[in-house]
Formats: sequence, C-alpha cells, structure tokens
Amino acid sequence: MKNNFKRFFSSGLGQLTIPIISICLLIIFNLIRDPSFFSISIAHNNDGNMVLAGNLISIINGASELAILAMGMTLVTAACGGQDISVGAAAAIAGSVFVKIIKMCMFDFNSDIKAGYIILAFLAACVVAMLFGAFNGTLVAVFKIQPMIATLILFTCGRSIAYWINGGATPTVSSPIITAIGGFIPGVPIPTPVIIVVVMAVLFKLLFHFTSLELFTQSVGINGNAARLNGINSTFIKLLSFIILGICVAVAGTIGVSRLGLINHETLLIDIEMDTILAVAIGGNSLGGGKFKIGGSILGAYVIQMLTITLYAMKVSSTDVKAYKAVVIILLVVIGSPVVKKYFGRMVSKAKANRSEKKAKGAVE
Amino acid sequence: MSKAKLKVREPLTDTQLLMTITICIFIVMYGLAMLIFGGGFLRTQQIFDILNDNASLIIVSCGLTIVMIGGGIDISVGAVTSLVVMSCVMFYNRTGNMVLAALLAIGIGLAFGLIQGALISFLDIQPFIVTLAGMFFARGMTTILSVNPQKLPTETMDKLAGIKIEIPWLGYVANNGNVIPARMEIGVVVALLVVIAVFVLLQFGSLGRNFYAIGGNQTSALMLGINVKKTRFMSYVICGLLSGISGFVFMMHTGAGNATNAAGMEMNAIASSIIGGTLLTGGVGNVIGTFFGTLTLKTISKIVVTSGLNDPWWQSITTGGMLCFFILLQSIVLGRRAKKKK
Repeated sequence: MKNNFKRFFSSGLGQLTIPIISICLLIIFNLIRDPSFFSISIAHNNDGNMVLAGNLISIINGASELAILAMGMTLVTAACGGQDISVGAAAAIAGSVFVKIIKMCMFDFNSDIKAGYIILAFLAACVVAMLFGAFNGTLVAVFKIQPMIATLILFTCGRSIAYWINGGATPTVSSPIITAIGGFIPGVPIPTPVIIVVVMAVLFKLLFHFTSLELFTQSVGINGNAARLNGINSTFIKLLSFIILGICVAVAGTIGVSRLGLINHETLLIDIEMDTILAVAIGGNSLGGGKFKIGGSILGAYVIQMLTITLYAMKVSSTDVKAYKAVVIILLVVIGSPVVKKYFGRMVSKAKANRSEKKAKGAVE
Repeated sequence: MSKAKLKVREPLTDTQLLMTITICIFIVMYGLAMLIFGGGFLRTQQIFDILNDNASLIIVSCGLTIVMIGGGIDISVGAVTSLVVMSCVMFYNRTGNMVLAALLAIGIGLAFGLIQGALISFLDIQPFIVTLAGMFFARGMTTILSVNPQKLPTETMDKLAGIKIEIPWLGYVANNGNVIPARMEIGVVVALLVVIAVFVLLQFGSLGRNFYAIGGNQTSALMLGINVKKTRFMSYVICGLLSGISGFVFMMHTGAGNATNAAGMEMNAIASSIIGGTLLTGGVGNVIGTFFGTLTLKTISKIVVTSGLNDPWWQSITTGGMLCFFILLQSIVLGRRAKKKK
C-alpha cells in the first residue's frame, strides 16, 4: 500500500500534486465561504438556447485561452528553458489580422460574413502568428538570445503593431458564426471555447503520439549539446516550439476576438503572459526546461482562473486582482523554491530519524 | 630596445566596445537630425527637454544596469515607480509634508528591493518570476490606492515647476530678441548625480566590482571568496532604492499620480541598458553607456514625432525595432569575439 503510494508520487503524476492540491484548497475555501459558488444551472441565453451557467462553467470557459496558450508555452519552456512573454501582444496581432481579413472580404465581395471568410481569416491569423513565432524562435535558437529578452521586442511593440494593422480603430465584427465561436453553438449547452480546448489537447496528444517531438523537446531542454551530438537538430526543435506556440496564440486570439465581437488591441488578453507562465509553473513543469507535462499546465490554467473568479466573487475589482494574485504567486514559488524544498526535506528526514531512534530505544527497553 | 618602451595598445573590452558603438550612433543620429530637421534640434534646449522628460527613466535604467550586470533582471521598476508616485501624491495631499513624502518614496522602493532581492538571492527563485509578481503587486496596489488620477495642489505644482536651473549661455535668442535660457529641472540634477554615483560605485567600489564578478561567472566569483548571495541581494536593493527615487522625480515632473503612470517604463529601461551595451547575460555593462542609451532611445522617439509619424503606434514600434537591432548587434559582436578567442 505504502509502496504503491510512493510509486504514484514518484511517477509522472507526482508532478500534478501542486495543481491538484491548489485546486482542492480553492474548493475547500469556496465551500466554507459560500457553497452556492458551485451551483450549476441551465439558463437560456439571448438567442434562446439552453446553456449551462454558473461559476464553475465560467471558470472552465474563461480559462480556455489561458489553457491553449499554456499548452504551447509548455513546449517552449521545455525546449528553451525560458518563456515567451509576448503571447498577449502576439494574440492581439493575430486577432487584428483575423478582423482585418474578415473586413476586407466583406468589403471586396460586398456581402455579409460567411463561414469561408472566417476560415480564411483564421488561417491568415495562424500564418501571421507563426511568422512572429518564427521571428522569436530565430532570435532564440539561431542567435542564442535568452527567450525572455528576445520576446521582449515583440512584447514592447506587439500591441502597437496590432493597433497599426487596424489603423487606430477598434472595429467590430458581428455574425452568428463568430458569436458561436466565442459563446455557444446553438443546441450545444457547453461553451464552444471549452470544446476548442479539448480539440487542441487531443491534437497535442496525437502529435506526441505519432511523432517523437516530446522526447526530442525534452532532450533538447535537458542538454542541448548532448541532444545535438545524438543527432537531434536542437535549433530546429526550438524554432518549432515557437511556431507551435504561434498556432496556439492564433487560436487564443481568435477566441478572444470572437467572445467580444471586436478587437481592442489594448485589452485583448491583457496580462495573459504572466498567467500563462504561472500556469506552466503551477503545473509542475520546471521553468528551466527539460521534462514537461502538458496536462499539468492545463490544470494550472484552471487553478489560476479559479483563483481569479474566486477573487471576483469576493467583490475584488478587476484592476485590483493583480495585487492579490501576485501574493499567491509569490507564496507558490516560495513553497516550490529549491531552498525551501530542501529545508522541508531535511525536516522530514530528521523527524523520520527521530522516530526510528525512538523505535530503537523502545525496542531496547 | 627595452620592452617597457613598447606600448601595447590594449584591445577594447566588451564593455567599452558596445558603449562606443552606442555613443557613436547617438552622435551620428543627432547630427543627422540637426541637418535634416534643423529647428528644435539645433537648440540645446532640445537635449534638456529630453533630459527633463526622462530623468526618472535614466535613474531607473541605472538601477536596472546594476541588476543586469549582476546577471539578473528586474521588471518591476516601472510599476514601483508608478506606485511611489501615487502614494507620494496621496501622502502629500493628506499631510502636506514633502520631506516625509520623499522618505516614503525611498522607503517603498527599498521595501520592494529588499523583499525581491531576498526572494531571488536567498531562496533561489528565478528573478523574472519574482519581479513579474512584484510588478503585478505594485500595479495592483496602485489601483487599490486610487483608480482615479490624484493631483498635487496647484500652488505646490507651481512651486515645484519654479525650481529650475537656468543656464543663460546655453539658451537661444528668440524672435523678439530676448534670450531664453536653457532650463533644466531639478530631477535632471538628481539623475546626473545618480549616474555619477553608480559609475563610481561600479568602477571603483569593491561592491561594484563584485557585481561584474558574479555576473561574469558565478562559480569563479564564489571561488574568489565573493559572497555571491549577498552581492546579488545588494544589486536588487540598490535597484529598488533607485526606483523609489525615480518615482519621486517622476512626481516632481508630472505632479499627478495615475494608475497608468510609467506604463512600459521597465521595457524602456531594459532597452536603454541593452542599447547602452549592458549584456543580458551579465558581467558586461557601463552606466555611462546606459545614460547614452536612454538619450538614443528618446532621441529616436523625438525624431519619429518630428518627422511626422505621430500616430501613437510608431513610437513603440521604433523602440521595438531599435531593441531588436541592438540585441542582434550584441549577439553578433560577442559571437565573433568568442570565436576569435577559440
């Protein structure tokens, strides 16, 4: 029994202890605070569809962009040992391109928004986001610049580029299809972004199943030189991780735009880079690269969203949430820091030694 | 011929090389601006304007340079500046005591530096994560203090605006024949003093040399008997202190606390340091370079505005472009050096 328990924790699942414990803590906290936090009801939205409503649903729904970005960020973190801080800005660019292309199509063909336009716009957004990903990736992989600094460039000017694409305006796009992407598909009570997250997760699973990307990424992250000597093209793997993140960024940007039906370059997915990095860290992935688990990052994203929604439920205003979140982050990283871990490890082993000593004494007596 | 007479010219060190490039670029750029745009650029007041507007940025960049030389990074500086501005303005409006407000500014900055430094150096947490959290905390605290902009009373503002240093011989003759002297705000004096103090510390102080040592190679610094943890801790403390001072200077310049104050300042400060030749990997850098880095950055924005590209997005796009150029330059220059050494 004990052995099984140990094996459970030393295996890959052990990585998920932090997110699971934090979710449990949040659930207990909310149960004590207000049990009705967890109620789920079926409501009718404006279009008269049956939809699920409640805090839990809004957590799972609201964390969609974060979860998608966290998947890509996990890969980048694992391969490069650093994080991309430009995801929010890049998502704003992708969203701007998405809206721009739809507007252009509408103007060119002088018609309403059709599904084809949206697919075309989404593909264009993907390409642009992948190009920006490749730009970041080139700086990191070829020029050997620290990821956070390399992505600082896009972080500085990304939102301005988004602003520039739309010529200083915040255009709106309204269409039942876009509402469906950002909200609910008629007849389906589950929010569409949640479905997209599931699809993305399955795609990642398939990618790892049919290619050796997971193994290669891990080996590049653990020791790039050793990986190179073993015949892995580490430059390419790093570049690829950024390009995959680019796709995630485009998807997240599209969802973000579809939710509101407009592109606002300043508020679209604002401050999401911090949350994304945090999701990766809470998911138990080392921020220094190497082994990773995408499931952990997704769970981490939900932990963060749950924290945010809990704070909102406690009547904390949206601008103030940052301060409280920062405190929680610091607490989490302090608990997870190597020094504190070592200290606790020593305490535990001391306690064990004491116990065994007592046992030995008892036996002698 | 005795060997002593042969004067071997020492090759430029990395620090000097990168700094020289920056200063050259600044001079060339400013010269071109003088030739092309003339007008404002021909007056010395233009330089003083740039200095007046960016005194707090210069101070923050100095702090950041120290941290970056030590091999770390601090992105909370802008948010701390904003928090200091807001709390000083509110404090002054309650009590009316400027000296205590200045002490408060320094206190807040020091507190951030102490806590972040302790977390980073004694608990071994990644500096980026800690200071990102610090940035969020400071921004959040600013809005908790007040969502609405807070202003200093008008008479105080007038008094603050009155404290200016006028340099008549650097002024220019206006159309009506009056000599308009060049004006420099008191904040610029503070900024220049900070630059000199940090320069002396880095060049001659043992603590300053230790920053270079731990940034260059932590293990060998440890073997040399340098207390690496304490040195790194000190770098963050100094950086925090300087962001406190910068907040106060910012307040003297604008006179109003606003939640969006100093937005993006951390990125500008990092950009200034990088442009000035501070290496992101640590161990290389010079505060004089940082000073010119800030000037270069802000001169470019001025040129962008003067040349008619005054849409709001061009400034940060050019900043990004500059950053990209200098980061690549660093990477290439140092890559070639490393190859030569081999």
